[in-house]
Amino acid sequence: MAQAIKKKSSAPTSPARTAAQSHFRTLRLGTPFQPRIDVLARTNDWYNWAGYRAPHSLWDEELEYFAIRSQAALFDISPMTKYRIEGKDAEAFLNRVTLRDVTKLKPGRVHYTAWCDDEGFVLDDGTLFRLSPTRFRLCSQERHLPWLLDSAIGFDVTVEEETEAIAGLALQGPTSFAVLRDAGFAGVERLKIFDLAEFPLGGGTVTISRTGFTGDLGYELFAPAEQAISLWDRLMVAGELRGIRAIGYTALNRARLEAGLIVANADFVTSEHAIRADRLRMPDEIGLGFMIDLEKGHFNGRRAILEARAKRKLRHVLVGLEIEGNIPAEHAIVYHRKSQEVGLVSAAMWSPMAKRNIAIASLARPFGDTMVDDLWVEIYAMRELQYQRLMKRAKVVPRPFIKLDRRTANPPADF
Amino acid sequence: MKAWDAIVIGGGHNGLVNACYLQRAGLDVLVVEKNDWVGGAATSRELTPGFLYSNCSYVCSLFRPEIMRDLELPRFGLQVISYEGGAVFTRDGDYLANYRDHDAHRREFARFSRRDAEAYDRYARDVTRQCRFIQPLLMRTAPDPTSLRPRDLGELLYLGKKFAGLSAEEMALTLRFWTMSISDFLDEYFETDVIKANFALSGIIGTALGPMSPGTAYVLLHHYMGEVDGSVGAWGYARGGMGAVTKALAASFLAAGGTIRTSAEVGHVLVQRGKAKGVVLADGEEICGKLVVSNADVKRTFLKLVEEKELPDIFLRRVRNFKIRGSSGKINIALDSLPEFPELPKDSPVYRGDMHFTDSMERMERAYDDWKAGRWSADPFLDMVIPTTLDPTMAPPGKHFMSCFVQYAPPKVNGRDWTDADRDGFAESVISQIAEYSPGFRDRIVHMEVRTPREIEAEVGLTEGNIFQGELTFDQLLFNRPVPGYAQYRSPVGGLYMCGSSTHPGGGVMGAPGRNAAAEILRDLAKPTQHMSPAHDVI
Repeated sequence: MAQAIKKKSSAPTSPARTAAQSHFRTLRLGTPFQPRIDVLARTNDWYNWAGYRAPHSLWDEELEYFAIRSQAALFDISPMTKYRIEGKDAEAFLNRVTLRDVTKLKPGRVHYTAWCDDEGFVLDDGTLFRLSPTRFRLCSQERHLPWLLDSAIGFDVTVEEETEAIAGLALQGPTSFAVLRDAGFAGVERLKIFDLAEFPLGGGTVTISRTGFTGDLGYELFAPAEQAISLWDRLMVAGELRGIRAIGYTALNRARLEAGLIVANADFVTSEHAIRADRLRMPDEIGLGFMIDLEKGHFNGRRAILEARAKRKLRHVLVGLEIEGNIPAEHAIVYHRKSQEVGLVSAAMWSPMAKRNIAIASLARPFGDTMVDDLWVEIYAMRELQYQRLMKRAKVVPRPFIKLDRRTANPPADF
Repeated sequence: MKAWDAIVIGGGHNGLVNACYLQRAGLDVLVVEKNDWVGGAATSRELTPGFLYSNCSYVCSLFRPEIMRDLELPRFGLQVISYEGGAVFTRDGDYLANYRDHDAHRREFARFSRRDAEAYDRYARDVTRQCRFIQPLLMRTAPDPTSLRPRDLGELLYLGKKFAGLSAEEMALTLRFWTMSISDFLDEYFETDVIKANFALSGIIGTALGPMSPGTAYVLLHHYMGEVDGSVGAWGYARGGMGAVTKALAASFLAAGGTIRTSAEVGHVLVQRGKAKGVVLADGEEICGKLVVSNADVKRTFLKLVEEKELPDIFLRRVRNFKIRGSSGKINIALDSLPEFPELPKDSPVYRGDMHFTDSMERMERAYDDWKAGRWSADPFLDMVIPTTLDPTMAPPGKHFMSCFVQYAPPKVNGRDWTDADRDGFAESVISQIAEYSPGFRDRIVHMEVRTPREIEAEVGLTEGNIFQGELTFDQLLFNRPVPGYAQYRSPVGGLYMCGSSTHPGGGVMGAPGRNAAAEILRDLAKPTQHMSPAHDVI
């Protein structure tokens, strides 16, 4: 008879293993900035961002929004998924994986991009930072290590997930440049929109890029987790006289909507998470068609995208809407001629900057594409336990909903 | 002599579900059960004072919520509690846990492979898509593809439409899922052995196949398509043990005016001129019935309870060849304290989940090799739970009931019948495996019930002790279950129906075969079925 297979060892568990196992006791991790954020969290209004304890708000979501638009707002983006992609073939690899032409992305530049599965459905969108000719950082909402590793077969490239190792901050708002300059990051004034550069921080460096998710003047900073607290403190001290405030996601979400930016798994469902096959979206169906570069050679999803374009199989379109009145139309159904259901609003708000009632919606073509007249949204506004049902006219408008000169002005304004 | 409207042979969960629906349709129904208790393989028995065992089945997920609602089972005491994750202990003194929290689950997998940790979402998406495809089929009679009856054509069309509604990628996946081995299937998502072993166990439970045998991927799906109160794929404990399911069913049946006779073993089905007229008990007593429904498996029903001459040759041959091979055993243990696993922190939720010790695909397959050679596995695969960590009704405070499902155990040992010495040797292989990981385990044992296929067949009546009343391979599913041409709960004998897990959609404490059989019977009797909820929408 075969032998019972015994345990190899009963040696005491190593302290490192015990520490690694203990994560079940902390279901929501703190970020490297958590000690500072916890002190500022007056509302204790947390949500789960990819396994991290992240603030919806810290003291007042309305006023946090105005900090973005009037002063400088500090938002912790550490939970964002980050991959370090490095090697001789890193450029060719990313050119194969993502939609845009990575050969046009010079070292020291950032671009907003997206990537698809072989059926041409969007896996995610994100930002690609070119840190050197052979080194990149890809930031995204969801996780993609198996996809990236499988796509890397045949390329001389390494892909490493570095979400926990790298702390990230977004510093956004009109005084953000002045804060960085006063914090001693000499030369930051040279950064144009979508530029990045490394600056000394402690014994190492911080990567600062002129990027953001607000449509405003703003920067994003990435540093090793160990440097996080000193970076935070340095910004807070430098920004004290320029109104710097830490903010939560609700405020940021308003700013991004005004900027017309979309959020994965809020405005569209990513293909690795879509259980219902009809929820999958091609780039052309969520407003990302502009990224597709058919001249650059093969990339994942190219054939399917070409076929869908040729055979007119694109069924949806993502549009900006301006809706009459001032009642936000969040998750409202969109109608044609007040009767035919043609789509759904995924995000909506009254825009303080545009003084308009704005929304992002997904519509079934041809509505929103070639048929843009006579569109309506049905708003169910709950008021003291009664729905006030409103049928409001909606107009397809270009995104972004607001355009701020200070976002791109060079040199950046010194408020 | 009184002629019952229907006689149900066997008081297992499907027999009772069937009886409940028939009784509620106005029939006068008798359930005859050979044991002096009802429950079949869903029982809770007190074999040692103070401890209730879930003697056979031990966890609950598949039982259809529509049936619980129709038959008012909560009113009769049924409560199902979700349990927390689980773990595979590894031989090098670590463990891989499954946590309910998505991010904790990912972090735990990342301890072994960052890639596999991030592969889980795609795996979960694909499995969920397949479950959503199958779920609506559970509560429908499988169509007969050779029939031209409008109803069969309609059902075939429904199936075809559902399949056509899948994307090309999903169709490919569906066909692969129904035919692949679980090992090959998991290779498409994961690279780490222990992570694959962790998922593969659902592909072999109750099946006389190894993780590398084609067809085992579907078995995994079968274990994922249940739910606990809308949480699809979740498993739970029935409060009071799995006997709570049949206790509630029996109470619901009695409340509706039904009659149960225990200690009433059926000798054979009374057949006159090709029609079932009742049953004859083992002691010779004759009970007349206008129709007979058998909750026994298809082999027991047609090879033991019906005379061969009443059955067509081809049907008989197919029943003989129906695969219902015994592959598992069960050990129920009363413990005077909670076992300790030094590798597992004392505050770990894993104590409240399912625990396993088979940390590689190869060990799992080797365990199956022993079965093929006619031996119980020297290094068995265990699915071990301690329900009393969440259910205070099954043991005194501080004491525990542990359920160990054990695989593999052959129906015969080296070609001969099991002996008591074999049974003890089988138990020792299990206890020694647990004791490897839990020092002092033996000293905590107060009482133990050891069940090899021999005991399961003798007590529950499941042929070879097969927990599903027939394997869940594609050749034995849908309109081929149990045999082609007889997949709609009827049999070659007029008025004799099947309602057990040998019929569509198969095994597990699901209740769907019993319910679907009742729907067919009521259709034949032209009785209304308004008291039977249709399947819940899958949206």
